Amino acid sequence: MTNTNDILPPGTIGRRRAAALPEQPPQLWKNVKPKKAYNAVIVGGGGHGLSTAYYLAKNHGLTNIAVLEKGWLAGGNTARNTTIIRSNYLWDESAAIYEHSLKLWETLEEDLGYEMFFSQRGVLTLAHSVSDVRSKKRNFYANALNAIDSEWLTPEEVKKLVPIINISPDVRYPVHGATYQPRGGIAKHDWVAWGYAKAASDLGVDIIQGCEVTGFDIHNNKVQGVHTSLGTIAAGKVGLVGAGHSSLLANFAGFSIPIQSRPLQALVSPLLEQVLNTVVMSGAVHVYVSQAHKGELVMGAGTDAFNSYAQRGGFHVIEHQLAAALELFPIFSRAQVLRTWGGIVDIAPDASPIIGTTPVENLFINCGWGTGGFKATPGSGWVMAYTIAHGAPHELNRPFALDRFVTGHLIDEHGAAGVAH
Amino acid sequence: MLNIPCPHCGLRNETEFHYGAEAGVAYPDPNTLTDSEWAKYLHIRANPKGWLAERWVHFAGCGRWFNLWRNTITHEIGPVYLPFTTQPKMPGNTVQEGPGK
Ligand SMILES: Cc1cc2nc3c(=O)[nH]c(=O)nc-3n(C[C@H](O)[C@H](O)[C@H](O)COP(=O)(O)OP(=O)(O)OC[C@H]3O[C@@H](n4cnc5c(N)ncnc54)[C@H](O)[C@@H]3O)c2cc1C
Ligand SMILES: [Zn+2]
Repeated sequence: MTNTNDILPPGTIGRRRAAALPEQPPQLWKNVKPKKAYNAVIVGGGGHGLSTAYYLAKNHGLTNIAVLEKGWLAGGNTARNTTIIRSNYLWDESAAIYEHSLKLWETLEEDLGYEMFFSQRGVLTLAHSVSDVRSKKRNFYANALNAIDSEWLTPEEVKKLVPIINISPDVRYPVHGATYQPRGGIAKHDWVAWGYAKAASDLGVDIIQGCEVTGFDIHNNKVQGVHTSLGTIAAGKVGLVGAGHSSLLANFAGFSIPIQSRPLQALVSPLLEQVLNTVVMSGAVHVYVSQAHKGELVMGAGTDAFNSYAQRGGFHVIEHQLAAALELFPIFSRAQVLRTWGGIVDIAPDASPIIGTTPVENLFINCGWGTGGFKATPGSGWVMAYTIAHGAPHELNRPFALDRFVTGHLIDEHGAAGVAH
Repeated sequence: MLNIPCPHCGLRNETEFHYGAEAGVAYPDPNTLTDSEWAKYLHIRANPKGWLAERWVHFAGCGRWFNLWRNTITHEIGPVYLPFTTQPKMPGNTVQEGPGK
């Protein structure tokens, strides 16, 4: 293997940081063969599926359960995302569920007994025009009403917080101000999945990788089990937590959901000296950037335009987000792109999740987190576990029911957020 | 980046087009519609893993809408056809309806 230090500009730290990560135990979860039957089966071993299993076991005492993952744990969007965590959403329903999630994050490492590099370094959301300022201020006031920490910063205050940002008025999209959520931040995504997997496994949950669900055993409109690549498994209850593959799973069970699957890309630079100590998002120039613990700059933007299951997107999308990043951070012009990748995100018409019951009895669904569900990993699993255990939604996820597309009670974060991460 | 064959202008870069999702969704009769039929028309679009008949508009060229088959796993583009004409046959397999249906 070539030493990444060789291609880095002077002053970069290279691998020395990586060595500072804590040792992993030899085994985090038990690899087991599926049993013939479970009280509940969770389809999808991403962060949300694993957290669902953990809270089912921990909060509801359901331990005869399994998580079935077609690939490997966190091989979907969980370990492909840019890990931005915040709760400063516009609508009350969103603010409530994301804030619940953020509160869970705040004690998660102790709860799971596992380090995840959860870092509340703050999230800055820039405004670049008069109308942008208006809508961000509206968001800021809405957050205040929901008792969510949020501040309004002038361009000078932005500069104080992030000295490398360009706030000069003569760029194409000058910075006019920003909202700031100090409690927002980032975490180490694969470790989040591993932490939940370890804690769930310790409570007796079976975690089964390489097990693809290909259909359901449904009698009298009641689910009784799942067909998988490892045979049929009986299940009293089934939770679908398949992110980008959710509409396929729903079709397997005989119903349709309003989800479109799109590629979302991200990229990293090589490991650099720490220059950015908060998360910066901009919907108008369309990029978001943070610097991970080891030192790589992590960037992302919007989805590719079309439906896809290919886990890759077009380079023009990457070029566009890099152009945006350079306008905001001229010093990044010397950094290289080390790696780009894509995940398949599940987009609902209102860019809000769908969590709750389905037309099939004992079959529950949790999807539609789209480009912004990593931050919800704890909260999503928490409400999904409640919903599965009680057969009915918790107050926090009731508004996110599938039937809102019939009643018209959409939770339109698309229009509200611009950038939905 | 996709290279998209506009039936009017020829092969062009994806950046000249906007996407229109599933092709051929018929407008329902508003007089006889239930709420859930209306919801289906408004919000549900095919999302198969494999071949999908979809709409594109060549906004930076001729400005016209057209349809094509595209594979959502390989991004391969199949037959291209104009709106309100007969849809060509799906070029291959697709995972859309599960075995249960
Ligand atoms: C590039 C990128 C950047 C992002 N940035 C952010 C961000 O900064 N902040 C944020 O909050 N969110 C972000 N997101 C969104 C976030 O990653 C997702 O919303 C979230 O990870 C989805 O939940 P999950 O973790 O359970 O999904 P996944 O990890 O995708 O889990 C779903 C799992 O289901 C499995 N599965 C599917 N079908 C089957 C089947 N038939 N049988 C068995 N298993 C199956 C899949 O293999 C997969 O492992 C980003 C996403 C991407 C792709
Ligand atoms: Zn054209």
